[in-house]
Amino acid sequence: MNEIAPARIKTTYREAVRAAIRDALTADPKAFLMGEDVGHYGGCYAVSKGLLAEFGPERIRDTPLSESAFVGAGIGAALNGMRPIVEVMTVNFSLLALDQILNNAATLLHMSGGQFNVPLVIRMATGAGRQLAAQHSHSLEGWYAHIPGLKVLAPATIEDARGMLLGALKDPNPVLIFEHVMLYNMEGEIAADAGAVETGKAAIRRPGRDVTLITYGGSLAKAMAAAETLAKERIEAEVIDLRTLRPLDTATIIGSVARTRRAVVVDEGWKTGSLAAEVTATIMEQAFWELDAPVARVCSAEVPIPYPRHLEQAALPQPESIAAAARATLGR
Amino acid sequence: MTDPAIKPHLTREHVAELLRQMVRIRRFEEKCVELYQREKIRGFLHVYIGEEAIAVGIMQALAPADTVIATYREHGHAIARGVPMTTLMAEMYGKQEGCSRGRGGSMHVFDAKTRFYGGNAIVGGGLPLAVGTALADAMQKRPSVTACFFGEGAAAEGEFHESMNLAALWKLPVLFVCENNLYAMGTALALSESETDIHHKAESYRMPAEVVDGMDVVAVEAAARKAVVAIRAGAGPHFVECRTYRFRGHSMFDSELYRDKAEVERWKPHGPIERFGAWLRQNDILHEAAFQAIETEVAAEVEAAVAFAEAGTWEPVADLTKHVTLEPES
Repeated sequence: MNEIAPARIKTTYREAVRAAIRDALTADPKAFLMGEDVGHYGGCYAVSKGLLAEFGPERIRDTPLSESAFVGAGIGAALNGMRPIVEVMTVNFSLLALDQILNNAATLLHMSGGQFNVPLVIRMATGAGRQLAAQHSHSLEGWYAHIPGLKVLAPATIEDARGMLLGALKDPNPVLIFEHVMLYNMEGEIAADAGAVETGKAAIRRPGRDVTLITYGGSLAKAMAAAETLAKERIEAEVIDLRTLRPLDTATIIGSVARTRRAVVVDEGWKTGSLAAEVTATIMEQAFWELDAPVARVCSAEVPIPYPRHLEQAALPQPESIAAAARATLGR
Repeated sequence: MTDPAIKPHLTREHVAELLRQMVRIRRFEEKCVELYQREKIRGFLHVYIGEEAIAVGIMQALAPADTVIATYREHGHAIARGVPMTTLMAEMYGKQEGCSRGRGGSMHVFDAKTRFYGGNAIVGGGLPLAVGTALADAMQKRPSVTACFFGEGAAAEGEFHESMNLAALWKLPVLFVCENNLYAMGTALALSESETDIHHKAESYRMPAEVVDGMDVVAVEAAARKAVVAIRAGAGPHFVECRTYRFRGHSMFDSELYRDKAEVERWKPHGPIERFGAWLRQNDILHEAAFQAIETEVAAEVEAAVAFAEAGTWEPVADLTKHVTLEPES
């Protein structure tokens, strides 16, 4: 029997997120998008461009610059039967809503003894690379991954950009989605009918036997480039895309490290107290006797992200620094 | 024709009910203070003694489908809203029979049955939630109102101003109730606000706002009924500033260095129960026997609540990490 291959479309990460929002609002009359400049402006990163005309101002809802109030309103609306998707322009601005995210979204289910869950999705841009300096470029998703009661997703591929948002909308808990700013223009092909993907599981993006590169989000492409370089030196690096930062898929991490016996954790957050520290500690606790070398970390330099391009790039993990760290675990 | 919902009808039954509800709150909290001293209740305990007229007056205007959001000084709101005194007291103890399964304690009373959404212990933190519950009602075309209680201290928070603006901008069905007891913990209003008439702040967002004597339960009920009728009719959010006074310290740890004892004594005769009781006696509306009957009934209810809490059980430690996240439906 002949099977017809599903149609594939060329798209971008940005369009994939937009398609997911469109799918969500079409499928569920209770779903709506709310945030700064999501409507008339079309989204700071043009994610929601065109959706206002399609769904109207009730469901593509421009808000004032009141992060705390509109994130809190998202929580309240979620408590009372709606399915809000809240967009915060960048993770740096989310700090103005941290009270609502931590003290309400993450705690209400527990404080209420299981009575009130918060089915809310909060999307925000994260990361550096666009020369936006020290108040628009930080990677603070690791902070959110510290908080029980939240789920934290970091889609690094076009499939995940579309599918994780749809997956998050099936979750009865507050889910934060971090979209790295350098990914929005990424082009690729996906199935025209690509839908929700499973969250909570890491993915092995490239198999290898010599060293495991563990990363997520905007650093995935850099780790893949490093693996390509290493392959030319006959070092076969396995690349793990964490995809979900909370809860961490430790089984995939430990399974890989048990095979390769070496690990490099790549995280655009600062090294001190970072998600990379968490992954490293998990490997120490669960795979110490499997290791042939100390776990290495490649993180951002311990500085606020600077404006000039050469300094910004110097502050961030790069394919070269990742490859160098991987070689070092092999004594090369 | 005036809407019958607008004005309180001061029938004998109704005034007795207002008094009874205030007495229930007062006696419950007096018992809580005693139980705190006996170390049955721990953590922070913030009592509402002196402010009972506000919760009782406002609740008269609400329907079961409405939503209530309150602060960490919320025992009175919970009782007036209909949260059973038994499960409330068990929550004070931290027992799993408590209305929040013991996870919240005094500051985090939640009760789905009465649509009581806390119990918020971050000053101002409940206001954005109220905007959201009201937004959900508006988007789903439900005629419900969210009543959001907060102290005057919240008016200094950014969340207050963000929420006022958003609720007014989107014409959402919220009744904002400011309980102005003159002190944000130990800081007097005049030491923390450039504008001490809090309702003017709401007016600056083009929100109808009024000041009422928060020690007068009938005045509060009248203001609430008027506002709720307008809100249900689509007039957008309303703001009621209730001027009141807290007779006890901020919490059980408060040595009240910031105010004169004589000031507290001056306020006491103006307490909501004292004043309403005196008015009912002077006008011969309730007989002494009716007062006694209320006290007897409430004393029995409080005793039953304590017995319920005492008989309650501790949640097994094995359940510690329950209720952190919900499993998605497969």
